Amino acid sequence: MRVRHTLPAAIAVAGLALTATACGGGSSDSGSSAAKGGQSLKGHTVTVAGVWTGEEQASFKKVLQGFTDATGAKTDFVSTGDNVSTVIGSKIAGGDAPDVVMVPQVGVVQQFAGNGWLQPLSSAVDAEVTQNYAPVWKNYGTVKGQLYALYFKASDKSTVWYSPTAFANAGVTPPTTYAQMMTDAKTISDSGLAAFSIGGQDGWPLTDWFENIYLSQAGPDNYDKLAKHQIKWTDPTVVKALTTLGDFFKQDDLIAGGRKGALATDFPTSVEQVFGDSPKAGMTYEGDFVSGNVQALHKKVGTDAKFFPFPAVDGGQAPVVGGGDAAVVLNKGKDKAAGMALVKYLASPQAAAIWAKAGGFISPNKAVPLTDYTDPTLRETAKSIVDAGNGVRFDMSDQAPAAFGGTAGTGEWKILQDFLRDPSNPAKTAQTLESAAAKAYQG
Amino acid sequence: MATLQTALPPARAGGPHGTGARRRSRRAKITAAVFALPALVLLGALVGYPIVYSVIRSLFDAKGHRFVGLDNYQTLFSDHATLIALRNTMVWVLVVPALLTGIGLVLAVLTDRVRWKTAFKLVIFMPMAVSFLAAGITFRLVYDQDPDRGVLNAVAVSVHDAFHDSASYPGARARQGAGATLQGDGHGGFATSAATSPGSTVSLGMVGILPAKLPKDSVQAAPAAARPGSVSGTVFLDFRPGGGGRPGQVDPGERGLPGVHVRLEKDGHTVAKATSGPDGTFRFAKVPDGSYQVALPKSNFATAYSGISWLGPGLVTPAIMAAYLWVWTGFALVLIGAGLAALPREVLEAARMDGATEWQTFRRITVPLLAPVLSVVFVTLVINVMKVFDLVYIIAPGPVQQNANVLALQMWLVSFGGGNNQGLGSAIGVVLLLLVVPAMVLNIRRFRRSGS
Repeated sequence: MRVRHTLPAAIAVAGLALTATACGGGSSDSGSSAAKGGQSLKGHTVTVAGVWTGEEQASFKKVLQGFTDATGAKTDFVSTGDNVSTVIGSKIAGGDAPDVVMVPQVGVVQQFAGNGWLQPLSSAVDAEVTQNYAPVWKNYGTVKGQLYALYFKASDKSTVWYSPTAFANAGVTPPTTYAQMMTDAKTISDSGLAAFSIGGQDGWPLTDWFENIYLSQAGPDNYDKLAKHQIKWTDPTVVKALTTLGDFFKQDDLIAGGRKGALATDFPTSVEQVFGDSPKAGMTYEGDFVSGNVQALHKKVGTDAKFFPFPAVDGGQAPVVGGGDAAVVLNKGKDKAAGMALVKYLASPQAAAIWAKAGGFISPNKAVPLTDYTDPTLRETAKSIVDAGNGVRFDMSDQAPAAFGGTAGTGEWKILQDFLRDPSNPAKTAQTLESAAAKAYQG
Repeated sequence: MATLQTALPPARAGGPHGTGARRRSRRAKITAAVFALPALVLLGALVGYPIVYSVIRSLFDAKGHRFVGLDNYQTLFSDHATLIALRNTMVWVLVVPALLTGIGLVLAVLTDRVRWKTAFKLVIFMPMAVSFLAAGITFRLVYDQDPDRGVLNAVAVSVHDAFHDSASYPGARARQGAGATLQGDGHGGFATSAATSPGSTVSLGMVGILPAKLPKDSVQAAPAAARPGSVSGTVFLDFRPGGGGRPGQVDPGERGLPGVHVRLEKDGHTVAKATSGPDGTFRFAKVPDGSYQVALPKSNFATAYSGISWLGPGLVTPAIMAAYLWVWTGFALVLIGAGLAALPREVLEAARMDGATEWQTFRRITVPLLAPVLSVVFVTLVINVMKVFDLVYIIAPGPVQQNANVLALQMWLVSFGGGNNQGLGSAIGVVLLLLVVPAMVLNIRRFRRSGS
């Protein structure tokens, strides 16, 4: 998510009053998928809701146009703003449910399924997913053994962005292990530039740091268990990962502005401190969306800003923390059959190719040829996501209840901020995390 | 509620005088009821129902399916975050209305006899036209830690730098690990770890300075020449652009640090001082035999003063209160100003004629006569302060949001902003209502008194 906390979505809700009730008459609830190509769905209208705005929305509309060309069904895109679950909830309550929702977090998919709002995806979609996706993506779309969500757009959150100039001045090259990264960090800091810029004022970059270290150090199995709170946050693996992170945080020289400065730095500023006109640091760790912030600074991704994959910690596999937007079909939608046809279309490599060519998109679909990506940086991230296969794990804090993993000023965000302020006692931080998690997972 | 109270008396006014009168009075009652009905329905739907529903909702769990009795209230008074919010709301209620009323009173009295008081009031009143959201964003910038963005810290840093010399090499530190000759002296400066004696040289490698930030006169560092009877050495940037230098030694491409204050110390006492030249060399001549340490005091490397942490955990609530004052001073000023204009002038004149000083007039005449207006302003502000939300939400950054939290914000956070527990949220809402009730009662009683 590019913007994780914004003002309440009241405005967005008001804006949504304009959405389609223009669905054509006869509701053919056949349930079977109806896409047979050509004009088979002429006269149908599919309403799609999603968080995308601006350029992303324009690109997604191109994909929808592809669906219209293939089937003849009209589409209608509605932007929900950031607060998808609230907006969709109120639309369902108001009897104006969209047919398809593009859900940005796996936790929300589970929440929707738990509320009984979702239509299981058809066997045709299931077949596509089984064939073209690594099983991990299918698992993330499955709730209680039933496939509900198709991951259309993926994101890579294991990218460390660096300034090639800073690396050249310090005489270092992209590291392949975490230990090497920390040695290089010291060298960069000796060269007169802080090594890392950290957006500690927003809590989520800190959770992402932790998740990468944990996934690599403790392995995917432990990661899954911790994400489901099947092991406690006081587990030795957690304390070990926090200790690793704390050993980094302790070195004030490595952090732009020191720990105190990092706590007063929000995410956009953290990118600016590396790639802006007066750089204060050589690297920043965050997901592939950093490229958007780099472009906003009028710098070129690929020359002024490069990235290397988050390196492996303590001899583990290099982590690939990902995320994605998933398509779900609402069972209160007016034209579920056409909605299902759209989801089936989104599962195809053709649909992904349209956005891949437009840029700003990577697909978890193995069948999408890498040559479809026009941007070399995106091609690299797409490759790392597809290559990681079953090793990809979703952002843990996105899977947790929002009160623990997704709210500014409380839960994991706040506790890791406190840990950044004072990294001296990982065991105590683990305890604090556990008590907050216990409360949130129980509610 | 106030509308109800004032709407009813006319119906009663007829009074019972025989059957005709009684019928008439009944008809009057019906008419009154018909007239009051729309207001009653609206009030019921918009105020009564939500209050009742909130009370009921506060007795159910997060999802609203299970009756939990008073559990939510128990959670509320045992939850650390909510207790901080409660405490902060108390602080707000105790500090802000009194302060605002005071400021408003002082400003009103001071400007009362100024010719351009209308213009003055207009300017002070203007922030009332700004939305809290916009005011919040503005003040978030005003309080920004970075002096390049936050105006307050820009002022703080300029004032500080005007009185303190800034260090030549802020943030620089001694080379650690291999080739290290210096170690921290425990006060932010550095001193040689090994003892040195006359006739020897020291090379003091520093790191952590961008080559671009070196002074213009800095040139290639030179190893100091050993001379009998003197201690000499080089302070240099022990980092070659592109890497590859030998740590602790002067390599080609490594530049000297000119202007560094160097001290020669014996048993912790400074015996001589020197300053490094463009190639980083320095020399203490005519040093008696013995063992010494070369020290680079902190003043060379002190990091730049970064201003006051306005939005840190300690100052965040006062900072937000100041923003609130900025918005609401106009309200207090205009209301109290209007009250002041309506005061009977002759009383003030009489007091002055009797030889009362301005302070006595103010204390004994103006303030008592203004008391009704002051209490209106005060009570209105108390009610307003209880529901302060936007400014706190916008100005307080994530890491200190809990430190600045107030009940109204906590209510929203718990119900919608991630907590998704509308049971607990309703409970907080009910507590907030109970806290506002005394102020409301005061207000209503005053309305009734002024009505009769």
